Amino acid sequence: MNILIKNGHVIDPANKVDEQLDILVSDGKIAKLGKPGSLSTDGPQVLDAAGKLIVPGLIDMHVHLREPGFEYKETISTGAAAAKAGGFTSVCCMPNTNPVNDNRAITEFILAQARDASARVYPIGAITKGSRGEELAEMGELHQAGCVALSDDGRPLMNASLMRRAMEYSRIFDTLIISHCEDSTLSDKGVMNEGRISTELGLRGIPCAAEDVMTSRDISLAELTGCRLHIAHVSTAGSVGLVREAKKRGVQVTAETCPHYFTLTDEAVRGYNSMAKMNPPLRTAEDVAAIKQGLKDGTIDVIATDHAPHGMDEKSGEFDYAAFGIVGLETAVGLTLRLVEEGALSFSEAIRKLSLNPSAILRIGAGALTPGSDGDITIIDPKVSWTVDSAQFKSKSRNTPFNGWKLTGKAVRTIVGGRL
Amino acid sequence: MSLTSKDLLGIQGMTADEITTILDTAATFKDVSERDIKKVPALRGKTVINLFYEASTRTRTSFELAGKRLSADVINISTSTSSVVKGETLLDTARNIEAMKCDMIIVRHSCSGAPEFLSKRLKSAVINAGDGFHEHPTQALLDMYTIREKLGKLEGLAIAIVGDIAHSRVARSNIYGLTTMGAKVRVCGPPTMMPRGIESLGARVYCDMNTAVEGVDVIMMIRLQLERQTVGLFPGAREYASFYGLNQARVERAARHVLVMHPGPMNRGVEISSEVADGTPVILEQVTNGVAVRMAVMYLLSGGTNSEA
Repeated sequence: MNILIKNGHVIDPANKVDEQLDILVSDGKIAKLGKPGSLSTDGPQVLDAAGKLIVPGLIDMHVHLREPGFEYKETISTGAAAAKAGGFTSVCCMPNTNPVNDNRAITEFILAQARDASARVYPIGAITKGSRGEELAEMGELHQAGCVALSDDGRPLMNASLMRRAMEYSRIFDTLIISHCEDSTLSDKGVMNEGRISTELGLRGIPCAAEDVMTSRDISLAELTGCRLHIAHVSTAGSVGLVREAKKRGVQVTAETCPHYFTLTDEAVRGYNSMAKMNPPLRTAEDVAAIKQGLKDGTIDVIATDHAPHGMDEKSGEFDYAAFGIVGLETAVGLTLRLVEEGALSFSEAIRKLSLNPSAILRIGAGALTPGSDGDITIIDPKVSWTVDSAQFKSKSRNTPFNGWKLTGKAVRTIVGGRL
Repeated sequence: MSLTSKDLLGIQGMTADEITTILDTAATFKDVSERDIKKVPALRGKTVINLFYEASTRTRTSFELAGKRLSADVINISTSTSSVVKGETLLDTARNIEAMKCDMIIVRHSCSGAPEFLSKRLKSAVINAGDGFHEHPTQALLDMYTIREKLGKLEGLAIAIVGDIAHSRVARSNIYGLTTMGAKVRVCGPPTMMPRGIESLGARVYCDMNTAVEGVDVIMMIRLQLERQTVGLFPGAREYASFYGLNQARVERAARHVLVMHPGPMNRGVEISSEVADGTPVILEQVTNGVAVRMAVMYLLSGGTNSEA
């Protein structure tokens, strides 16, 4: 099937394109870009994208799809549908399923389940068996089976020596190591950011230091071992500074943050709002400012969602017992466009952090509208005003602090491999 | 004057007028407890449930007596939090209780915010009988009542709260209440037990107890939970007693008329010496006043006014 997307404004950071162009997609690939009206309209299905932005298919390098093991929260199929609805053509799923994705069989199962899904799914394997932090998983097998990175996300690897060995071993395959930076002896039983608000609410706090000491440790280990390190969900001003300094020294480190960390502060927890409970926790206005600065100056390469679906029963009741995490796939574009609106990022920079940069870090050869590459395209209406209604989510779960928010801009079409 | 809110969840946000109304009403009810026939018909026909997810003798008994002296039907439900984690949810339990038609639910829970969570979802009035490290409003009210009764006022007094402030709901409620009433609050304890940002609640922070109690009108000791030693919050009971225990020498640094208070239960020889504890009848009067203050809260929340009482 051929698709001609007409009259849209193409933003393709990889090819330095930022102008009105038509795009022809043919046999699942990007065939041609040309001046408006220059491409033949014979045969192909025509999409009029006047007033819309045409960008490379968005990539979310940090999601939890919950399958196998927690299919009541999300499945690969519903997670991929949520991705597509939110404008993401590709997602990377973290290994904290049950069983954990720590061996080839689970990776192959995920890939098989993803075959008919509406978005591309790239598995991330565990660093240690069962993510228990005790012995290395078969990192080479996982890499060969199709894992694009390795991470013990959600179960931070506390054993520094084992992390060092994992980083060294990863060099055989030049595999990316993604670190969930949290010293669990410091975060302990904490449920929110430690500070004035946790003191008022009488909730156990997680200090910024719990994140920063681990960011610092893993940067040092990456420096020691020469491994490619990616810091997941940066939430603190301290970690932004550590990554910035490390990059200056030439350490192979990249970093991501999530829309909630540049949109909300720990004030959102007031009223014991369990929808504002996530790990790392929402921090302060100073941290939000530092994260925006980090996005702007390139310290933070990627915007990912940490899409973490949970059943409603797990997200209600006593705040202490509520599960950590929120869904993010279907609100990420609207929240990121707020940064563009306030001038913190240009459209082009925002799109780069949602497509080209994660692709380059993961080495999956996507994130660009180069003729011959896969026909993964997202069409964004930057002007449309809409209200977040979690009941309409394609995700199985509804755990978002943004329900009822009025946002401007959303993905209106997501084309995956030339399929509408 | 009556209380306009459905629930009593905390002292934070209450006005000085509201606090005064409760304290004035409690004075009337204290008389009831002194009588031979300790009962008034104010809550006759009302049902009050004590829903306690955390062990308590003093507070539960105090609420039960308060309800009974107001002629309410009082039912006690005690359950351990751990069994609840696996079993019925807090909300399901509360909804089942409400389905039996009760008017007031008094909740104690180890999770901060549990009473607020219920209050938003139940028609019954919810009274917080202590939630996590958040608030224990009736304790602060009875403390304020006791201080006002003994020293004649709250405004302008210097009050030192000493101990594990981080894990104390009593400290938080008292900081809110006392500062609202115009007192100057000092908090004192080892920095391991001092929550970040506590000064934004209106208290001055001290880590040297001798300085903290200098010239104060009231010393309020907070119970030390000895098991906190195992997570490194203090090196041991002996050292704690020497730096943060209230002994006679420290009492003498305070004002001559100083009032020594403790919400109980006391660790004698740790945060308070027996000599000081036994020389301070106020600690038991706090308990007596607790019943009166809880009667006042229950009465006002069920629509009573302090002119009728």
